[in-house]
Amino acid sequence: MTLQEISNAIQGNVCLGKSRLSENVEHAFASDLMSDVLTLKETPLLITGLCNPQTIRTCDMACIEYLIICKNKKPTEEMLELAEENNMVVITSEHSMFKVCGLLYAAGLKPIN
Amino acid sequence: MHLEYTVVEGDFVNAGIASSSVKKTLKQLNVNPTVIKRVVVALYEAEVNAIAHAYGGKVLIDIDPQKICMTVADKGPGIPDIALAMQEGYSTARPEVRDMGFGAGMGLPNMQKNVDHLNVTSEVNKGTTVEMEVYFQ
Ligand SMILES: Nc1ncnc2c1ncn2[C@@H]1O[C@H](COP(=O)(O)OP(=O)(O)O)[C@@H](O)[C@H]1O
Ligand SMILES: [Mg+2]
Repeated sequence: MTLQEISNAIQGNVCLGKSRLSENVEHAFASDLMSDVLTLKETPLLITGLCNPQTIRTCDMACIEYLIICKNKKPTEEMLELAEENNMVVITSEHSMFKVCGLLYAAGLKPIN
Repeated sequence: MHLEYTVVEGDFVNAGIASSSVKKTLKQLNVNPTVIKRVVVALYEAEVNAIAHAYGGKVLIDIDPQKICMTVADKGPGIPDIALAMQEGYSTARPEVRDMGFGAGMGLPNMQKNVDHLNVTSEVNKGTTVEMEVYFQ
């Protein structure tokens, strides 16, 4: 599905990457534990409740470009600058991580294997 | 090519600066992206440890056509039992470290999985040195 469809499904707010919403995403992974994200071979969209500079750094090291931050947490300017340098799309949602995962699973986003 | 970075004590915001910079350098050198990811994931975990468990330290990088050698050395409290620290799930991390998204005892195992050679040496009350090598082949 496209990032636009993903954002719509979770009533998202696109903080970064508004011009890239036609890009397609197939797989997602959800975690607040960055060490877990760092074990992935794949580069899925990341759904997380962790909103700090290490979230962005982890995406950089793990080559993850698409990020959803849940539960109404707002990335700082500093985080968004770093995310922009790393060519990321950042979407926030007011919903809890569980609800974001549920909505996107129902909409057709797949887990990684 | 030799590169050096300083990891600043308590500077959680900047943890990962060395790894980020090494990533850019390896990209410019056209190293295979899968290999780059292995290198920077391991280096990032080591950098986070130098901040999370020690008082900062130094990152030394040597790149030649065949391989990258990385050393992360700190003057921290040291690791009393390295074999125990290497076990997945073992962690003495403070709550601040957990708040950063780390502290599940997966850092050293993640390093082990991603590099070709890992050597951890440590002396209690003196510090810890993590040496890692990855071949580009
Ligand atoms: N540089 C270091 N200095 C002192 N202790 C360390 C260092 N690196 C790791 N350790 C010890 O080893 C444990 C396991 O490290 P690691 O596998 O990275 O997990 P975590 O960082 O999540 O605790 C740490 O909790 C800490 O007790
Ligand atoms: Mg660690």
